[in-house]
Amino acid sequence: MTLLSPTPRSTVGASPAALAARATPRSRRVGVPYTFLAPALILFTLFLAAPIGYAAYLSLRRVRVTGLGLGAKSRVEQWAGLSNYARSLSDPEFLPSVWRVAAYGMIVVPTMLGVALLMALLLDAGRSRVGGFARISIFLPYAVPAVVASLLWGFLYLPRVSPITDLLAAMSIPAPEMLSSSWVLWAVANIAVWGGTGFNMIVLYTALRAIPTEIKEAARIDGASDIAVAWRIKIPILLPSLVMTFVFSLIATLQVFAEPMTLRPLSNTISTTWTPLMKVYRDAFTRNDIYSAAATSVVLAVATFVLSYGFLKLVGRRAFNQED
Amino acid sequence: MNRKLAPLVATLTALAMVSAAGCSGSDDDPGSGTTGGKVELTYWSWAPNMDKVAAAWNAANPDIQVTVNKQDGGDPAVTKLLTAIKAGSGAPDIMQAEYQKIPTLVSADAIADIATEVGSLKDKFPESAWNGVTLGSEAVYGVPQDSGPLLFYYRADVFDRLKITPPKTWDEYAEAARKIRRANPKQHLGTFSATDPGWFAGLAQQAGASWWGVNGQSWTVAIDDEATRKVAGYWGGLVQEGVIDNKPMYTPEWNAALNDGTQVGWVSAVWGPGVLEGNAKDTKGKWKVAPLPQWDAARPATGNWGGSATSVTTQSKHKKQAAKFIAWLNSDPAALKLLVSDVNVYPSAKEATSTALTSPPAFFANQADFYQIAEEASKIANPFTYGPNVNVTYSAYSDAFAKAAEARNAAAFTAALSTMQKTTVDDMKNVGFTVTG
Repeated sequence: MTLLSPTPRSTVGASPAALAARATPRSRRVGVPYTFLAPALILFTLFLAAPIGYAAYLSLRRVRVTGLGLGAKSRVEQWAGLSNYARSLSDPEFLPSVWRVAAYGMIVVPTMLGVALLMALLLDAGRSRVGGFARISIFLPYAVPAVVASLLWGFLYLPRVSPITDLLAAMSIPAPEMLSSSWVLWAVANIAVWGGTGFNMIVLYTALRAIPTEIKEAARIDGASDIAVAWRIKIPILLPSLVMTFVFSLIATLQVFAEPMTLRPLSNTISTTWTPLMKVYRDAFTRNDIYSAAATSVVLAVATFVLSYGFLKLVGRRAFNQED
Repeated sequence: MNRKLAPLVATLTALAMVSAAGCSGSDDDPGSGTTGGKVELTYWSWAPNMDKVAAAWNAANPDIQVTVNKQDGGDPAVTKLLTAIKAGSGAPDIMQAEYQKIPTLVSADAIADIATEVGSLKDKFPESAWNGVTLGSEAVYGVPQDSGPLLFYYRADVFDRLKITPPKTWDEYAEAARKIRRANPKQHLGTFSATDPGWFAGLAQQAGASWWGVNGQSWTVAIDDEATRKVAGYWGGLVQEGVIDNKPMYTPEWNAALNDGTQVGWVSAVWGPGVLEGNAKDTKGKWKVAPLPQWDAARPATGNWGGSATSVTTQSKHKKQAAKFIAWLNSDPAALKLLVSDVNVYPSAKEATSTALTSPPAFFANQADFYQIAEEASKIANPFTYGPNVNVTYSAYSDAFAKAAEARNAAAFTAALSTMQKTTVDDMKNVGFTVTG
């Protein structure tokens, strides 16, 4: 990760006298870094900081209607204090959606990372035999947009149009109704695993390729088996990459939206508030209440930050100590 | 790239992007303006081929030129319009507005009162359609374009084989559903769709419900009323008994079921033939239409599913010209003919039956009296008032009835209504509406 240490550290050891001598040209050049930073700063402000600030502002506002609410000027926007937050957190649909996503994450993250790690290790171990084809075919689902993937899987889940059901019926195995309430969480998780494994596999595989061959050769000479090499050498060295893919997967889990949203009209089992982000979408665009949607978004953003930052703090020292 | 130039190029690119983003608002400029006595109007609609109807108007009216801006559909167009209204610019002059969205649009001050311009058209439309654009007030917020009176579609070949006559009452419908199920356990006469709140609202309308109402300066909400409970209990009973399906409509599975003959009936609106033609083309010539089954055969009634009006937005600078166009569009015989032949809608205007709806839709070529049945239905649509937060109610419907349908439990169907009622009232009170009842 931080293989290259940034160069402009040369002034750290410079004497005060040397600094003073350079003061005049330096003060003229003081604007230079800002000029270089300007494009990034402008883009960051316009497209990230400003929208976040606006969302935070909206979360403190609300609309009040007078009378029947018909006709001009019957709606005014006003300060709402924290009432949007209170309403969003006390919504009976909010906590169930959070637990649902937690359960979904418990399925998706370990499965996806486990399969990705296994694939990466297998590919790395048999590098010459399997070749690029397996790599590409595992990675390919990642290139399919989530909405398209969900539509494809949606067809496969519906018994009447699914070739899988026909196949199972031919072998006289009763096919589970994937969109029924007992299976729907697995149905959605399956799409995420299918789509996400390839990406994580590539990240881990690339990290594996970076392991110096001498270490592995030394282990082999010492008589270590392939499994021992994987368990004692490759996985420990992979730890930083595993941490990174874990954080990415965690964030993706908290933001799960496209899959359940696309499957929703196909079944009775996915509600409009199935995940927290779907609730944000419903509040903003179905209920026309962007204020409460903004409040939920802020809560979600803070939770995402706390979770990923907390996790990095927790594992940071252990995962990255070899680079400090 | 030259290393010295790279930062400069990056800066310039960033600046270019920023300024492009700053200007992008102008793409949506409605372009309404006057150039030498000529007025240019924009019209947002998602109906197919609406531009052809506008072309006919443009050819005859060089001074008022209408440009149709095709929209994705009812919901996204309303979201877009409300955003433009909030932003203060970017709205079109003319807007297609579904009846159930009109109170929302009026409440957001998005569509204008054009009573002075089009008030005289009142007698050209059925009362229920006209009520949809006035909201029971003196104002007129649009001109009705099309209506969707509910009808009953059925597979005549299956009914003939089993010697079932098209049901006249809901009791007969239930009996027919049982017979079909007994004869072939794979077949269903219909399904209860938790993803189609407009369909259920239409059925409640037939039973005499009106989910919202205005009482002086306050709103009334009556979703959990006796009429709607009767409808919910009836369908819940059929689902619990297993004689009709509990899966949503408009899924690939439902399409396949219509086409392969496992769904042999459909409670739908007058626009149903278009859907059947697209989804069930193998069954052409086997379907027939009948009036909707009744609660009380002596007092026939129906409800609506779908339909829209054409409105003038509050941002239009040419209200008079825009109103003139929409009056022509929705009541002139020539325009009605085009609406039927090209846009494929069932016009609200009474005159349409005699002038434009002379031959049945292609998919129902075997049923010469198709539009007579539809006309009878449109005359008996019960009055129904929509409220300012229909979307909230509709999404509550989807969630509450999906659970009930999945559980196949009749009691859960009526319980779902109290969830809808509570969600709707809570939302209105939260925004500050005065709600009684």
